[in-house]
Amino acid sequence: MKYYDKLIFELSKPGRIGYSLPDAFEAACPSGACRPRQATLGLAASKETAAIWREAPLDLPEVSEPDVVRHYTNLSQMNFGVDTGFYPLGSCTMKYNPKINEEIVSQFNGLHPLQPEVTVKGAREVYEFMDKALAAITGMKHFTFLPCAGAHGELTGLMLMREYHISRGDLARTKVIVPDSAHGTNPASAAVCGLDIVVVKSKENGLVDVEDLKPLLGPEIAGIMMTNPNTLGLFERDIKEIAKLVHDCGGLLYYDGANMNPLLGKVRPGDMGFDIMHLNLHKTFSTPHGGGGPGSGPVGVAERIVPFLDIPKVSGFHGNFGVILRACAYILSLGRENVKLAGPLATLSANYIKESLKDCYRLPIPTVCKHEFVFDGLAEPNGVSTLDVAKRLLDYGFHAPTIYFPLLFHQAIMIEPTETESLETLDAFIDVMRTIAREAAEDPELLHGAPHNTPIGRPDETTAARQPILKYSKIIN
Amino acid sequence: MGSFAYFPHTEEDIRVMLERIGVKSLDDLYSDVPEEFIFKGEYELPVARSEEEVRAWFKALADKNTELKVFAGAGAYDHYTPSVIPYITSRSEFLTAYTPYQCEISQGTLRYIFEWQTMICSLTGLDVANASMYDGPTAAAEAMRMCVACTRKRNTVVASSGLLPNVLATLRTYARYSGINLVETWEVQEAVAEGTLDLAGVIVPSINKYGIIESHLGLADLVHEMGGLLVEYCDPSALAVVKSPAEWGADIAVGDGQSLGIPLCYGGPYVGFMACREQWMRKLPGRIVGQTADAEGHRAFVLTLQAREQHIRREKATSNICSNESLMALWCTVYLSLMGPEGMRKVNELCYAGSHYLHDQLLATGKFSDPFEGREFLKEFALQPLCDVKKLQQALLDAGFFGALETEEGFVTFCVTERRTRDEIDSLVKVVKEAAL
Repeated sequence: MKYYDKLIFELSKPGRIGYSLPDAFEAACPSGACRPRQATLGLAASKETAAIWREAPLDLPEVSEPDVVRHYTNLSQMNFGVDTGFYPLGSCTMKYNPKINEEIVSQFNGLHPLQPEVTVKGAREVYEFMDKALAAITGMKHFTFLPCAGAHGELTGLMLMREYHISRGDLARTKVIVPDSAHGTNPASAAVCGLDIVVVKSKENGLVDVEDLKPLLGPEIAGIMMTNPNTLGLFERDIKEIAKLVHDCGGLLYYDGANMNPLLGKVRPGDMGFDIMHLNLHKTFSTPHGGGGPGSGPVGVAERIVPFLDIPKVSGFHGNFGVILRACAYILSLGRENVKLAGPLATLSANYIKESLKDCYRLPIPTVCKHEFVFDGLAEPNGVSTLDVAKRLLDYGFHAPTIYFPLLFHQAIMIEPTETESLETLDAFIDVMRTIAREAAEDPELLHGAPHNTPIGRPDETTAARQPILKYSKIIN
Repeated sequence: MGSFAYFPHTEEDIRVMLERIGVKSLDDLYSDVPEEFIFKGEYELPVARSEEEVRAWFKALADKNTELKVFAGAGAYDHYTPSVIPYITSRSEFLTAYTPYQCEISQGTLRYIFEWQTMICSLTGLDVANASMYDGPTAAAEAMRMCVACTRKRNTVVASSGLLPNVLATLRTYARYSGINLVETWEVQEAVAEGTLDLAGVIVPSINKYGIIESHLGLADLVHEMGGLLVEYCDPSALAVVKSPAEWGADIAVGDGQSLGIPLCYGGPYVGFMACREQWMRKLPGRIVGQTADAEGHRAFVLTLQAREQHIRREKATSNICSNESLMALWCTVYLSLMGPEGMRKVNELCYAGSHYLHDQLLATGKFSDPFEGREFLKEFALQPLCDVKKLQQALLDAGFFGALETEEGFVTFCVTERRTRDEIDSLVKVVKEAAL
């Protein structure tokens, strides 16, 4: 990757244009009813109407089409994607994004979201197919596709949880239980949904402590949010007991689908007793993450929650249809035979890396993992932190794992390889991780200064936060 | 094994890997899952399709849809997409990247977000913008929550009944679960002036659901006097020519970036935007990119002000947004780069000319009256039908047009963008003229 320093504003030169628009047709107006163009847009005669038009200058770049193409191509070359190389970012499921999924979308581009049903039969069929397919895969009854991302799905799911209790006149249920290993979005979603959070602890073995859970249960509990396997990549094997305890106290079980990938083709959340769940189509169902979205976070529910499914209107139209189309193409390509392999192969890859590196990196929980696992830094750190390891990986052409999460360990390195990486790729990654461990012993300074081969070195994040420069104009002012 | 294109594992690979792990089979990797939860049935899914079959499946579905000449808006506008945009946004370095957590190999993403933030600030006139929201309606809902967070303990938000129906519906949803007292009214100034509300904020549209460009003269002062924040919901394309939120004195601007060249695509993905005055910067939800430098002085961009975000604040978070709509923000950024100030002005002029032409031609058919005579509009307008609306809509559909959306109050709206040609407008008018309605 080479360093490229321009911003589009710095390429601007007054008089250049990058658009191609037709001419206005006002002169051809036969009836004379069409108003002359000169009377438009702020040049109107009366002062009163003029007041609604913009007077402030519009500061946008003036660049030609080739300028734009080259600029963004240069920017893209400072980026790393799944197509560039191995991206073992834990809890993000950076699997290969199939290209056929991209190809099929544009033929639906012209559909207006409010078009009458009879004119969008094909689009509606995609939703019907996806509802059935996701129900089959998860064991839930029906899905809503309005949520635009995983956290948006969590929020929607919690709204459904509240509707269920409200419908029963059970208004005291205002607390939701969240394990200490949960994704940060869980408590945030609960807070946005007007629920108070109660934290349940994990045991030494990384699993939810059932004994700690019991006293938390009662008439104020709306439900529990579980990630299974959890963020340590461990299957919550007490799920049956947890489900019974929570249901017996009148609460519901929410399944955070961010970690659904290892269960794909193997275990269905509905069978484990979950009442409400979301899926991240941009994780488990292979749609590209786009540098931070668009995603899609459909929410599935068990039979007794179905009556509430259409209540929360959480986005503008029908959710991120373009993303749902891609996930649909993925399911068609996988088919019932290959869906069974996705989870097991992802699990195989994760366990393979774990077993291959556990002598050089500290493995706090040595049991079999699912799609991901967590190291707690180097076995012999020699002053080298997890951040140093992550940055050094960039020098070797790999994306770093998720770091400093989950919060249960101070030097967490969370690795998720997915099912679309070859043995050769995994071996190359393992070799590099071993090399870094060796470098940590021999030359820790090298790692403190990493990365060395990237377009920029470690930036000064403190200054960025203390004296924020958040737009271009600030530079010139 | 080895029979599916996305899985690289050969039988031999699997054997080697299982051996390293020390288990005998893939099933053994699930020994920690209680036996009863292992799914042993057959998934009710179709069998795997080849690539050609997948292609054909979607082609068949696409053929079941009817592509219409769009003369409707209501929050989704049929503007032209320059060819450059999908070309750039489908570059895999942008498309297949995650959120830019490792900034040293994500400068591409971080730089375009910085450019997007700058452009949103230009359009709105405000000081700070975030990296994006899901869509316009959710951005409005987040702005409502932000008003409450900024004014502490105050809990009433007044929303204009002139906001788009899907914006109001989303506001109602978020208000219901957040315990916010949402007051919907056409008489915003009057409701605020009464002074009886514990006012956190006021949300008004820049252009209302009838397409009328609203005047908010004096509103900001009034809202501020009552201790609240003013939020303006805007169409970013129109902001090139209509008075900006900053010019009206607004504290927060939100809206949907769809009008910046994003295809209709049956409602998504679109992208929400959100900007505010510097004073409220630390309450702004979502991600924000800032400029800094590396040790060698290279200009560098990073995610910043993250102390506001859920992965640190967890249960104290005022927003839970994590993934947003980054790639669609890139879409709009490339669009605005190509259009520049002149292109944006020209698009609006074309919309204005086309919509006024249609407006006057429709009135001339005698089948409508103008309930808002003298009020300025840009590309969308509402008429009072003097005919049967259902028949009107059907006649348009039969002729391949989508227009005459019926509002709650019984008006019909039409929208004309720069994509609509004079011939298309003339044939729509002909249909209206000739149909027995």
